[in-house]
Amino acid sequence: MNDFLKISGLCAQIDDNGTPKEILRGLDLDIPKGEIHAIMGPNGSGKSTLSYVLAGRDDYEVTGGSATFDGADLLALEPEERAALGVFLAFQAPVELPGVNNANFLRTAVNAVRRAREEPELDAVGFLKAVRAETKHLHMSDEMLKRNVNVGFSGGEKKRNEVLQMRMLRPRFAILDETDSGLDIDALRIVAEGVNSLRGPDFSALIITHHQRLLDYIQPDRVHVMAKGQIIHSGGAEVALALEAQGYQQYLEAVA
Amino acid sequence: MSGAEISALGSFMARAHEGQARTLLEQQGLPGRRLEAWRYTPLRALETTGFAAPAPVAPDEARALLARLAPEADASHRVVFVNGALVPELTSLPEGVRLVAADAPLVADRPISVLNTALAQPGLGLHVSAGADAGQIALVALVTGDAPVSTHLAHQVTLEADARLTLLDIQSGEGPYLANPVLGVRVAEGARLTHLRVQQDSQDAVNLAFVNADVSSRGLYDSFTLTLGARLSRHEVLAHLGGSNAAVHVNAAQLLAGNRHADLTSVIRHAAPDCISRQTVKNVIMEGGHGVFQGKIHVDRIAQKTDGYQMNQALLLSERAQIDSKPELEIYADDVKCSHGATVGALDDEQLFYLRARGIPHDEARAMLVRAFLLDALSLVQDETASALLDRRVETWWQKRDPE
Ligand SMILES: Nc1ncnc2c1ncn2[C@@H]1O[C@H](COP(=O)(O)OP(=O)(O)O)[C@@H](O)[C@H]1O
Ligand SMILES: [Mg+2]
Repeated sequence: MNDFLKISGLCAQIDDNGTPKEILRGLDLDIPKGEIHAIMGPNGSGKSTLSYVLAGRDDYEVTGGSATFDGADLLALEPEERAALGVFLAFQAPVELPGVNNANFLRTAVNAVRRAREEPELDAVGFLKAVRAETKHLHMSDEMLKRNVNVGFSGGEKKRNEVLQMRMLRPRFAILDETDSGLDIDALRIVAEGVNSLRGPDFSALIITHHQRLLDYIQPDRVHVMAKGQIIHSGGAEVALALEAQGYQQYLEAVA
Repeated sequence: MSGAEISALGSFMARAHEGQARTLLEQQGLPGRRLEAWRYTPLRALETTGFAAPAPVAPDEARALLARLAPEADASHRVVFVNGALVPELTSLPEGVRLVAADAPLVADRPISVLNTALAQPGLGLHVSAGADAGQIALVALVTGDAPVSTHLAHQVTLEADARLTLLDIQSGEGPYLANPVLGVRVAEGARLTHLRVQQDSQDAVNLAFVNADVSSRGLYDSFTLTLGARLSRHEVLAHLGGSNAAVHVNAAQLLAGNRHADLTSVIRHAAPDCISRQTVKNVIMEGGHGVFQGKIHVDRIAQKTDGYQMNQALLLSERAQIDSKPELEIYADDVKCSHGATVGALDDEQLFYLRARGIPHDEARAMLVRAFLLDALSLVQDETASALLDRRVETWWQKRDPE
């Protein structure tokens, strides 16, 4: 098996007002190149924590285990280095940046990763062309590019803006943290299409979701169930259907 | 220089003109902590330095200095002072604008004014006739020298009724010096003065500046100060709204790194009804920088329907960075709308992480957030060329700031 993303025994904690709180407790997960996996799990099981730790947020302290990406020790890298390598996180709660113009932000990000990947930077015209193609694809109005990043965006607009960033940054591994939450059915289809069209031998993804619905549109290669900071069950697409029908209890009892 | 006797005050007294200002300077000395208004900005750092009169500079050297320190003043009409003296070869004025003898009156209870008057050097005396639009004029004051020197330019700008002017006031230099400029402003009925000041003095300089603005009915004094240089600086503004429906804007941004100290002190006095004052002041403070904001809005009994707004915000980028903020409202009228606020904060970690997760390197991400913080102050500058100039200066400052 080609080890693309490989997580072994990952433990992470956060400082919760002075007391360390353990969130990830020995998590194992492998995602081969070209595969799309889904993680489902009850609220508070550590799904967002996992995505933050992989993207490099430093308020989480990794206390054990490892995570490698395409052979590189992911945990040793700065967030911007991970992005340059091709890791992308679509945030569950995208951050608002008052005073930062969305188009400028996007162009700065695109050119930062292009620089790091030793690709030529895009000039204003080239960038505009590229971004217009994507906004059209995602049914986004160009007006959203003129606004400040995520400021005054509806929940759905924020999620689409995440997908726009993902497509512009051309990641090799994308984590979508509840990108489907708060989307109506049309938006969901557009977002799913935005992911599906990246699908290929060099693109992998981890989709965190509560709903089978998204997985109707993005067929996962594998589905993992997460609880209390661990993967407690893995299987094919049928796991999502079983969860939808019977809930998490069946798996929680099995490990209890 | 040697010996314990050397002091700034001694060197000033030796050069002071006879008159009331000299007497006041002798009696009061330089302001210290005991003076309430100077509590956060004592001039102790000056005490052991003697300041000489600066040497004259040849026109060619002045031209080179201008190209180096204020290249953007090249295209515009301008009045250039180097080492406290007008350089006629570099000065050009538009039609309808006259240079007159400058006469910035002494304000006895303002130590910066006292020092300036005691050692006054004739500065810019500008007169814009009624109804004339003088466009943009750059006032450039540069200082250069190896040993500590001081300049004390006294400027006076008068706009007659309905006149217009944008004054781009650039202060810069090389080496150790004290720049102590005073600008008197008179804005007559319906006139509008936009005053954009960029203080980018040498890192070894001290800048003590005073603006005394008097605005008549329907007039506007619209000012923005960008403080980037000098190890110690104080920009003091006294704005007097003397006729109804007049307005003043005293906006500023202070960017401080190293161990620099910058103080913005303003008193806006509403002395007539229906006037507006606006003040947005942003401080970006890194390393051991120390920012000071003292802003007073004074509303006379007669000044009903005053509309005053004041906001002071500080972004502290290190543990050692400091801000002292002292807003004051003194209101004697009963029908007024005055609001003020102050915030102090650090960069938002979530915002920083979001940018970095998108591949933007740490320092660039910080720069973006600092610019975003400054935006609502910088965007108050409407003149496009001036606004572009300020953006460029902020950008360069960020790139060249002392390494952490
Ligand atoms: N910054 C934080 N401070 C304290 N507790 C946190 C913090 N972030 C996450 N947690 C806790 O860690 C657990 C896992 O959270 P999270 O990773 O957001 O779960 P999920 O995404 O699966 O809902 C929860 O109990 C949550 O309250
Ligand atoms: Mg979550």
